[in-house]
Amino acid sequence: MDNFEELKKLANIIRQDIIKMLCEAGSGHSAGSLGMADVFTVLYFNILEKRPKDPWWEDRDRLILSNGHICPVLYAALAHAGYFPVEELKTLRKMGSRLQGHPKARELPGVENSSGPLGQGVSQAIGFALAAKLDKKKHQIYVISSDGEQDEGQTWEAVMFAGKHKLDNLTMIMDRNNIQIDGFTEDVMPLEPLKEKYEAFNWYVIDIDGNNIEEVIDACNKAKAIYEKPVLILAHTIPGMGVDFMEFDPEWHGKVPDNKERKKALKELRTLKGKIEFD
Amino acid sequence: MLNKSLKLNKDIFDRVKLKKIATRDGYGEGLIELGEKNRDVVVLTGDLAESTRCEEFEEKFPERFFEVGVAEQNMMSIAAGLALSGKIPFVSSFGVFCPGRCWDQLRISVAYSEANVKFVGAHAGITVGPDGASHQALEDIASVRCIPNITVVVPCDAIETKKAVIAAVNVKGPVYLRFGRPKTSVFTSDKTPFEIGRAQVYREGKDVVVIGCGPLLHEALLAANDLEKEGIDVSVINNHTIKPIDEKMLVDVAKRCGAVVTVEDHQIMGGMGSAVSEVLAVNFPVPIEMVGVSDKFGESGQPNELLKKYMMTKEDIIMAIKKVIKRK
Ligand SMILES: Cc1ncc(C[n+]2csc(CCOP(=O)(O)OP(=O)(O)O)c2C)c(N)n1
Ligand SMILES: [Mg+2]
Repeated sequence: MDNFEELKKLANIIRQDIIKMLCEAGSGHSAGSLGMADVFTVLYFNILEKRPKDPWWEDRDRLILSNGHICPVLYAALAHAGYFPVEELKTLRKMGSRLQGHPKARELPGVENSSGPLGQGVSQAIGFALAAKLDKKKHQIYVISSDGEQDEGQTWEAVMFAGKHKLDNLTMIMDRNNIQIDGFTEDVMPLEPLKEKYEAFNWYVIDIDGNNIEEVIDACNKAKAIYEKPVLILAHTIPGMGVDFMEFDPEWHGKVPDNKERKKALKELRTLKGKIEFD
Repeated sequence: MLNKSLKLNKDIFDRVKLKKIATRDGYGEGLIELGEKNRDVVVLTGDLAESTRCEEFEEKFPERFFEVGVAEQNMMSIAAGLALSGKIPFVSSFGVFCPGRCWDQLRISVAYSEANVKFVGAHAGITVGPDGASHQALEDIASVRCIPNITVVVPCDAIETKKAVIAAVNVKGPVYLRFGRPKTSVFTSDKTPFEIGRAQVYREGKDVVVIGCGPLLHEALLAANDLEKEGIDVSVINNHTIKPIDEKMLVDVAKRCGAVVTVEDHQIMGGMGSAVSEVLAVNFPVPIEMVGVSDKFGESGQPNELLKKYMMTKEDIIMAIKKVIKRK
């Protein structure tokens, strides 16, 4: 899908599904999931080489989710991309569901890895990238990571390793939303200057507005063209994007809306905060 | 009576005559054989290529060898990614660091994902010696066997280690292999059968059964041999696979002998002996004595001095046997 307006609409539908899923489940992570809806929409509808009906096709691009708690956005994107019925989204976190509270590898078509405990995904993605190189495969490995995860030592072990091996088939998209559980990242554990840190580890860094569909597409395409270095797309996003009372507020990291808030959130999303008529 | 069908070394009761080779050497040999046979086998190490015996693999198959540096968490998760892409990674470090430093990565990146990762805890047990407690993995079996989906194998000598390494590739899913540092007696032979998940009766006796794993199994055999002179008839089982444990064999032998001694170079808490008692407590309770480390850290010393101080010698096994028989 190349039409920006179509992609924006789809991202908005995915956001609504995230709210519905989380409310149906009664628990889960709102802010990060909403903030990354644009990135996931671009990946699944514009960037990834994939065959949803043949989900383990060997030449597919891999998407590794490291910050597993934002899986509602992964699940919603997968469903809309045709990996499984959209209907199934409402089973999130329920007994017997394939949509586990945090993702389990291969439990669901399109889910490549297990995550939940933070800081493991970049290393896992490196394993996928090394295997692709060994097999002389051309597919790309994308890993979604978060800013809170930068606190983990393992993240930096992985960043060092990817730099050493010049893994140019690896692209990390970091959700730089400035929040984590206990507050703002720069209060919990200052991370800046992130760009310079990654550059010092031999990565190529692209800074973007992660809620701007065009910028996300451009950055992903640019990342493919970079040789001899892994790429970090530093995606500055708004946590809780699209729902006024959630935006920028660490409180919404791991909370779900109550009934009243649900209605308000869905109305805001449907009308793009009042910009378009309620249908 | 020694089980002839297992074709054990004919000098099995002669400490002096038996060749001494470290179990980890069998790992190195196994890797080379696998490397030649199977292009999917890759090896990773965390700055311990020589000590864990993967240097030869590195020389022969440089493109399939990954030096990860001192970063075991990264190493374990990378291995998961490789495995989920169809490779068969062998992760090589010391037991204190792998699983010691990367348990969460083992649990989620590997075991939960059912990733086909083989991982090695070398230098396990108090017999590490002079490096002291920090380097003596005495908790690794406990911490690994409680994670679902993982197979746990503790070979008793270098020959069995090589067989275990090769057999591990035929197990679909994660396998933990535990090795020791010092040179220890080679008392099996190339012809001795080996199958992951099948315990073996090395010696058949009717009064008591000693169930062991790792190089200390040899001490158990020596103890049994000595006790024959005193008229005590001892069975000895090589329980190399701690998970999935050979329930049927353990219950059968407990029924035949009525008393059990377990022997391992590991904490008694959570180790192989605990695994055996979990099976017997439920299926056929009999008196059990456990030889192993009693909830203590080790210390520096020579392996033999340490085995003596921490009560894991042939003499300690004999005492445990006599004690458990009295409880029958
Ligand atoms: C190893 C580990 N420690 C702690 C947690 C608990 N935890 C879950 S999410 C989270 C905050 C991480 O920050 P970030 O991913 O930036 O959160 P978001 O932006 O999505 O709110 C923490 C500490 C965890 N999942 N894993
Ligand atoms: Mg964050």
